Amino acid sequence: MPKLNPPEAKTNSPGSNTLIQIESLSLHYGESKALKNISLTLGEKVVTAFIGPSGCGKSTLLRCLNRMNDLIDNVRIEGSCKIGGHDIYSPDVDVIELRKRVGMVFQKSNPFPKSIYENVAYGLHLHGSKSKPEIAAVVEQSLRSAALWDEVKDRLHASALGLSGGQQQRLCIARAIAIKPEIILMDEPASALDPLATARIEELILELKKDFTIVIVTHNMQQAARISDQTAFFYIGELIEFDSTAKIFTNPAKKQTEDYVTGRFG
Amino acid sequence: MGIRRGHQARPVEWLAEKFIFLVSLTAIVMVFLIFLFVAREALPLFFGETNTALVQKPIPTADIDKLTPAQLQKYLELTPEQFAAMDKDTLKSLMDVKQEAQDEIPEEFRHDPDANINTTEWRYLLLPHQWNHYEKPEYIWQPVGQIQKYNIIPLLVGTLKTTLIGLLFAVPLSVGAAIYVSQMARPKMREIIKPTIELLSGIPSVVVGFFALLVMATVLQKIFGYQTRLNAFVAGIALGFAVIPVIFSIAEDALTSVPRAYTQAALALGASRWQTAWQIVLPAALPGVFAASVLGFGRAIGETMIVLMVCSASVMSWSIFDSARSITTTIAAEMAEAVSGGPHYRVLFMLGSLLFAATFVSNMIAGAVIQRFKLKLEGKR
Repeated sequence: MPKLNPPEAKTNSPGSNTLIQIESLSLHYGESKALKNISLTLGEKVVTAFIGPSGCGKSTLLRCLNRMNDLIDNVRIEGSCKIGGHDIYSPDVDVIELRKRVGMVFQKSNPFPKSIYENVAYGLHLHGSKSKPEIAAVVEQSLRSAALWDEVKDRLHASALGLSGGQQQRLCIARAIAIKPEIILMDEPASALDPLATARIEELILELKKDFTIVIVTHNMQQAARISDQTAFFYIGELIEFDSTAKIFTNPAKKQTEDYVTGRFG
Repeated sequence: MGIRRGHQARPVEWLAEKFIFLVSLTAIVMVFLIFLFVAREALPLFFGETNTALVQKPIPTADIDKLTPAQLQKYLELTPEQFAAMDKDTLKSLMDVKQEAQDEIPEEFRHDPDANINTTEWRYLLLPHQWNHYEKPEYIWQPVGQIQKYNIIPLLVGTLKTTLIGLLFAVPLSVGAAIYVSQMARPKMREIIKPTIELLSGIPSVVVGFFALLVMATVLQKIFGYQTRLNAFVAGIALGFAVIPVIFSIAEDALTSVPRAYTQAALALGASRWQTAWQIVLPAALPGVFAASVLGFGRAIGETMIVLMVCSASVMSWSIFDSARSITTTIAAEMAEAVSGGPHYRVLFMLGSLLFAATFVSNMIAGAVIQRFKLKLEGKR
């Protein structure tokens, strides 16, 4: 079985190579400033959780990493965000190539109204895969990696909308990993799911971190504590604290962080 | 106590509900009544009660007493009401008129084999016939003259020709515009384009026809270099202009209501805006876009004025660069001169019911197709 990770990824220990480097990044929606001077460095093959109360900018920052904010009018970005050493906001960057390297899973599962197979194969078609056996192999492998294969292998050509919410979300993960990105962004991927489906997604994330760098936005403190290696706490557009998850949850440096993770506000 | 206060509003709600029900019922009743009326006028045609044979054996006026009232009424082609209102002298003079009409038939038609034909029989309405002096069997609509020819095939072909050209022109353009406006245009651009296209639907079709007649016909002839200046092609394109706002408006709504989540998912996978619009949004909006096209078809097949102004010769030809006459155009142009209750009048009403039935059936089929699309999209099939 071929490995999902890109060939340049070496077998260094997780987090030893810097992959994402955000430097004094600010983002404005028209007049209002949504992100204030954020600097953050994320290593390869680690799971980073972004936590913070609603409106703190964690989702906005996540969407900066694959330039999904480009779709909104009146957005202005200052500072730099480098992935693998290249500033993704420099004019010569191909957004399509960037999004191929930085996949995304959304809060609400959003499979296309197509068959399960076509959902996973769509990204492959987009990026030029032609040969049918090759596509079929990648589809199977992606569905296996997303822990969905056994449940859908007999109805690959049935509509994806016939799946349950948790299955749909795992299908979206399979769709994202089919094009072999380096980074997977997850925007509250389990917030619309029941506890059992959530548990399956969390197991899956722990499994996927062997091959991918994962950034996850979550409102669920326990979830962040369970699955992430590092945690960043945001409050009203500012990065308050960024450290190993163990430190943030047991011995945070800032009072605000402590208040939030212990549930005193937010 | 608080619960009881609800009672006061109820009679009003009941009334409002019944009123709305009545309004919708009226619509249904109207549709049936219109169809019944139109079809009733065409009924004698179906029962073979019309006879257009030029040469008929006249019954001598003196024999009036030998006929039963029913026979007499049929011979004089009167409605029961007309017949009941007439006294014997009037009936006699009508019989004289019949006799004179037969006497006045020009000599050359007396021996014409076509003069004995009832041209409203189904085979003459639908099949080609080799008329006297013609070299081969032909489809001819010529409801005037001594021998009236009522073959409806040229009209059906004319209707299909103009409608299909109109749709072939309008559907890609308006769906393309709808994709652009709903998926790609900046909000400012959208605010200009959308109302402008929808304004097109406010232009009276006479004006569109006038424009097509004077301007488009000349320009298109210069471009394509065909012979007949006014033809089905020009009419079809002009029809397209009338249909574009209808299709655009509904298709744009359908495309806009595709969940943003699909678009976002496709873009996040690295699809371009075009790929997203074409491969994800359009298939998801297909039921709506198809419904828009069906509505456009209904508008095109029912449009009268444009085709009437641009071309109206009822020639039998599949060439789009020949003239054409549609069903609606025929009804509009000829109803005023058709004798009420006469064969021509009956045939025109038959065409009307045909159009009604065609629209009804196409809408039903379209409804079923749209339902299938929807179920397929929702994964329930």
